[in-house]
Amino acid sequence: MVSETAGGAGPLPRAGQAVSTYCLLAWTWIRAAAQYPVSLTLLALGTMVTTGLDIMGIMVLFSRTPRIAGFTASEVLFLYGTSALAFATSDILLGTTERLGEHVREGTLDALLVRPVSPLIQIATEDFSPRRFGRLVPPTLVLALALPRLPIAWTPGRVAMVPVMVVSGVVIFAGLWVLCAALQFVLLNSQGATKAITYGGAFLTQYPMTLFARDFVRGVTFVVPLAFVNWAPALYVLGRPDPLGLPGWTRFASPVVGAALCAVAAVAWRAGLRHYRSTGN
Amino acid sequence: MGVIPWVSWYALRRHSAYPLGSMAEAVTNSFFGVVRAAILLALWHARPGLGGYDATDAVTYSFLTQALIGPVQIFGGMELAQRIRSGDVAIDLHRPVDLQAWWLADDVGRALSTLLLRAVPPMLVGALLFTMRPPSPGEAAAFAVSAGLAVLLSFSLRYLVTLSMFWLHDERGINAVMLVLSMFFSGMIVPLVAFPETLGNVARALPWSGLVQIPADVFLGQRTGGALLSGLAFQAAWAAGLLAAGRLLTHAATRRLEAQGG
Repeated sequence: MVSETAGGAGPLPRAGQAVSTYCLLAWTWIRAAAQYPVSLTLLALGTMVTTGLDIMGIMVLFSRTPRIAGFTASEVLFLYGTSALAFATSDILLGTTERLGEHVREGTLDALLVRPVSPLIQIATEDFSPRRFGRLVPPTLVLALALPRLPIAWTPGRVAMVPVMVVSGVVIFAGLWVLCAALQFVLLNSQGATKAITYGGAFLTQYPMTLFARDFVRGVTFVVPLAFVNWAPALYVLGRPDPLGLPGWTRFASPVVGAALCAVAAVAWRAGLRHYRSTGN
Repeated sequence: MGVIPWVSWYALRRHSAYPLGSMAEAVTNSFFGVVRAAILLALWHARPGLGGYDATDAVTYSFLTQALIGPVQIFGGMELAQRIRSGDVAIDLHRPVDLQAWWLADDVGRALSTLLLRAVPPMLVGALLFTMRPPSPGEAAAFAVSAGLAVLLSFSLRYLVTLSMFWLHDERGINAVMLVLSMFFSGMIVPLVAFPETLGNVARALPWSGLVQIPADVFLGQRTGGALLSGLAFQAAWAAGLLAAGRLLTHAATRRLEAQGG
């Protein structure tokens, strides 16, 4: 399907080729999904409303009280928007990697391995459907509504931080998706539990960390770096003190944390692939 | 009647065949329980006594809803849907057993297995990390009845959705709509007692409140005497009505089905 590049290609052309392969395969799946336009439209709407459920939950909470753990509705919606936008984007790009265990169990991973395209790209693009873009709509709308209502003085730094935190959030969730998939090479049944990190992480980061016990916040800062998805940079944007009392530079550490997490995920994925022995009989 | 208990028994065994997978799901349920408990604690800290619950009730509610996710299959879906899509349902219809009764028996087995494997761990985690409200023996017995009715009600709803496959050929769209309704109106996202007045009253009249909110209220001792009976009657009445609708739809679907041989 895709020709091998000549040996000696540098990392940049290789990355470029990975992106173009990804787009080609995604486009193939999109064309397949577009064969059923009515179903596609309904599913996109359904996906959109399902993603919006968490907003309804937040609105019900704030219909009863003006502040939750010291945060107002617009501040929590800001956290929701940045978290959900980052998670939805990472889910569109890499969410299907959670099916790795299924492929291992059914032996279909072997078929992916003999094709001249990275198995990670093949699994990530599998069933790529435009309906998933419906997930981007609620967080985008919420951000558009919440950002102007934040009770802060916008400085260039704060304005710039918003896109930076969303992109870093995407990178962190991307690393987590691949890491959780790599774990399935070793622990076939782990998918049910690692959903706590991916979907659970996405839910957790919609709310201020001031809700949770300190040790819990330490865990999601230092063990699974979910706090860097949006909480640490949001403290800078909202001009809030850090409940853990971490130094000020941690508020700008999200891009570095994301890059480091992806490096770990890449190593884990390769180790998992080497560890893989096809299913027996 | 003879074969029906066996269908349940085999479903129970089939769904318990991979206990590690179910236990892994229970880890995620427990994690969500912790996060939801923290959120509700903050709400009840701001509004003590909201909806007649205290903070301990709210925490117990969070873990209870996570424990019920498996048994009442709040995320929807049924194996029958794949069998309708593939045409295997023709084999099911050939059996000298009622289609609805067969799949109800199957669902009871599934619910029992998830009750054992997925409901217990979140409650234990909640009891370890937070103060929870243990039910009295009477409340526990009433809860068992209410949870059983919730499984029946959940089946009757999902069976109707699944049968729509005969006409729509694809259940995913309607499943997505049902997911939203059942998550929001069951009290899974936020307890219905915390809903604004009017919305709460509407939600309490809809069948989904019988999936989570009523069993949880029974567990928490919020419903006793007449309120307990009316709660159970509400669940039973919706289940009976929806099961009857399912029967009518089964007859219509059977006449409609055209299986391709070969």
